[in-house]
Amino acid sequence: MKDKLKNIFKGGLGQLTIPIIAILLLIIFNLIRDPSFFRITVELNNDGNKVLAGNLISIINAASELAILAMGMTLVTAASGGQDISVGAMAAIAGSAFVKVLKSGGSINGLLVIVAFLVAVLVAMLFGAFNGTLVSVFKIQPMIATLILFTCGRSIAYWINGGATPTVDSGIVKAIGGFIPGCPIPTPVIIVIAMAVIFTLVFHFTSLELFTQSVGINGSAARLNGINATWIKLLSFIILGACVAVAGTIGVSRLGLINHETLLLDVEMDTILAVAIGGNSLGGGKFKMAGSILGAYVIHILTVTLYAMKVPSTDVKAYKAIVIIILVVIGSPVIKKWFAKTVARIKNNKSKVPVKGAQ
Amino acid sequence: MAEHCLLEMRNINKLFPGVKALSNVDFTLREGEIHALMGENGAGKSTLIKVLTGVYQDDGGEIRVDGQKIAIRSPQDAQNNGISTVYQEITLCPNLSVAENMFIGRDKNALVHKKQREKRANELLNELGIPARGSQMLGNCSLAVQQMVAIARAVDLNCKVLILDEPTSSLDDKEVNVLFGLMRDLKARGVGIIFVTHFLEQVYEVCDRITVLRNGELVGEYLTEELPQVQLVAKMIGKDLDELSSFGEVEEKHFSDEDIFYDAKKLSSSAALPFNFTIHKGEVNGFTGLLGSGRSESVRAIFGADKVNGGNVTINGKKVKITKPIDAMKNGIGYLAEDRKRDGIIADLSVRENIILALQVMKGFFRPISRSEAESFADEYIKVLNIKTASRETPIGSLSGGNQQKVILARWLLTHPDYLILDEPTRGIDVGTKLEIQKLVLKLAEDGVAVTFISSEIEEMLRTCSRLIVMRDRHIVGELTGSDLNQAQVMKTIAGGEADEG
Repeated sequence: MKDKLKNIFKGGLGQLTIPIIAILLLIIFNLIRDPSFFRITVELNNDGNKVLAGNLISIINAASELAILAMGMTLVTAASGGQDISVGAMAAIAGSAFVKVLKSGGSINGLLVIVAFLVAVLVAMLFGAFNGTLVSVFKIQPMIATLILFTCGRSIAYWINGGATPTVDSGIVKAIGGFIPGCPIPTPVIIVIAMAVIFTLVFHFTSLELFTQSVGINGSAARLNGINATWIKLLSFIILGACVAVAGTIGVSRLGLINHETLLLDVEMDTILAVAIGGNSLGGGKFKMAGSILGAYVIHILTVTLYAMKVPSTDVKAYKAIVIIILVVIGSPVIKKWFAKTVARIKNNKSKVPVKGAQ
Repeated sequence: MAEHCLLEMRNINKLFPGVKALSNVDFTLREGEIHALMGENGAGKSTLIKVLTGVYQDDGGEIRVDGQKIAIRSPQDAQNNGISTVYQEITLCPNLSVAENMFIGRDKNALVHKKQREKRANELLNELGIPARGSQMLGNCSLAVQQMVAIARAVDLNCKVLILDEPTSSLDDKEVNVLFGLMRDLKARGVGIIFVTHFLEQVYEVCDRITVLRNGELVGEYLTEELPQVQLVAKMIGKDLDELSSFGEVEEKHFSDEDIFYDAKKLSSSAALPFNFTIHKGEVNGFTGLLGSGRSESVRAIFGADKVNGGNVTINGKKVKITKPIDAMKNGIGYLAEDRKRDGIIADLSVRENIILALQVMKGFFRPISRSEAESFADEYIKVLNIKTASRETPIGSLSGGNQQKVILARWLLTHPDYLILDEPTRGIDVGTKLEIQKLVLKLAEDGVAVTFISSEIEEMLRTCSRLIVMRDRHIVGELTGSDLNQAQVMKTIAGGEADEG
């Protein structure tokens, strides 16, 4: 305990420092700009449920898909030292499969939704395995390997439902994308928490974390220590596939329809960004999944803040880019080194005086 | 000729937070001499070099080049004052030509005529007698030639002081000799060379003077011919030599066939030709031979590190199939790889994680070692092996080479192997740690562990092994035991005298 406190005082939040500071700064900025920005109210929604509302809730809610994708992307990044740029397209495939199964039966009941979800997960894991095989067995660079699905994924999604964008009218699906009756917290947020708990348990009850980091840092040494590096890389892509299916299901459920062209469009770059803002090296190796999740929220707070400031939606991306450049540069090794040096120099100057006096 | 001092460093101090890395160190380099800078890891050799090359700033002291007092604030300053460095790892670009590598970043004009540059490079290469052409791709040259190109690059900067930091650690004997030829040639031209190495024999072969550091302090400067090797070691480790001599002769042990732990017939891999090999419980044997003789490839085949092509392997009399490292580990075999950086350490992970890695892999993916268990394992081995680390959570990459090696040793000891293969466990680490590792090997053997010990320093193997397998050109050419275990006999067998299939 004492050690932990000491660490925090030493700036020992480590790689979480940047995303946490970014979130705090954004919150403070918003509070100064408009103290009511973070007001949370309880409102009746269209279905007559009492639910939480307000900017903060909509930020946390809207970031759900990104947060879940960032969890999977963290593992892929750590193990393979590269990124999967096909997550958006894969989400469209998973979402299409989800809807296809829902549309196959007559009425939509709970069992059918579960089956549809499991099918979506299975399909996405298969596509994840396809990416993973290209990367781990054929040693193709992850970005190139996933470029294939990035390019053709939305076409595959288009075929699944015969080119249509079917709508799903079901209370259960609505609840997944919105609120469960009687629960004031948005369901996607609950799903994020559930996913985080699952990953925590997986890290606790398996050696996934140690093996993934070992493979990412030094694949050759990991292999000579008996780790099946090929399998670990493949596994990371399969796990990302499962995350993609969850995110895709949420995305479909929000709208109640599958639009294979727009579902989670351009999400891959935000996902990679979330991993990077979380202080994880995109070159693989050591990782902190919590960092990536925080990174996802940073991106969304930023977006919503810009919208709240009435920045025209066409300009938002440009402003977002500016803030992100700042964040990434602050988190870069060069600045970190300079910062550590400066701190050391200040400390040194303090301790130098008595040393000189002693000589 | 009066001795002209090229470089004088006086009362150099360097402080790191909490540590005095250098304390009033003096160093003098004269014109046309090769001067060895010796000391254990952490003695301050590299700190002194880094102060001299401007990587670090000194905290007091004075540096004179040609009698002129200078301040070195950056590597650029050092170069402008005629001080050049060639590091252990080759820091050139393998995918550029030799000429490009020699002049990269130093062309005055943006547009340089390729032919002209190659001509200049060839002139310099000829002058220095380096067997390379300017148009050659650097990556196609042998390591030794690459090293020499790096030196040529340094020399071309009109350097007066050339620092060679462990230049020979990845070269074989022949390549070392060529490099030494070049060093002597440069010496004759009046260049002062500072030579940092762990190989004692090499110091005695080329150096005129030796400066010894210990714990950041100057022990002394000696003429090579006046300082016997044994005394040099004593000065470096600051211990009595009793420990060194206590090794004495390895007593000859006799093993019966019942004691056989591992036996391989016609074992071969993608890198190793078929060979037969047997080791008994409690036996220490060694593989020796020149670089490229197949000694590492053979032990890698035993561990399944390369693709195994064939062979019959029995362990404890039972037939087993070892095709990949995990098979070997499950059969009680551990393997400390030759290249610590590439195949051993997981640099960014903590000492704790590095120690438990192999055991964790053996226990399996779904049975993680708990944090508290891992911590107690780590603490135990940090203590037993006397690993010098700030804490068990320190990334292994920030430890010194010797301590990294101890962590990797701990990793394998923790798996309680029946047979431990140590491929060059003492390479690039300080004398004190080398002795500790050799003692540990003997202790393991006493406890009944079979050990294969490989070292490029034959004396080390003679001290620890009771049987020496000699390889040449990827074949086993001899097995030495008992009275044959002496340097002369080993050399003769390696070179290929009458001792064929001994």
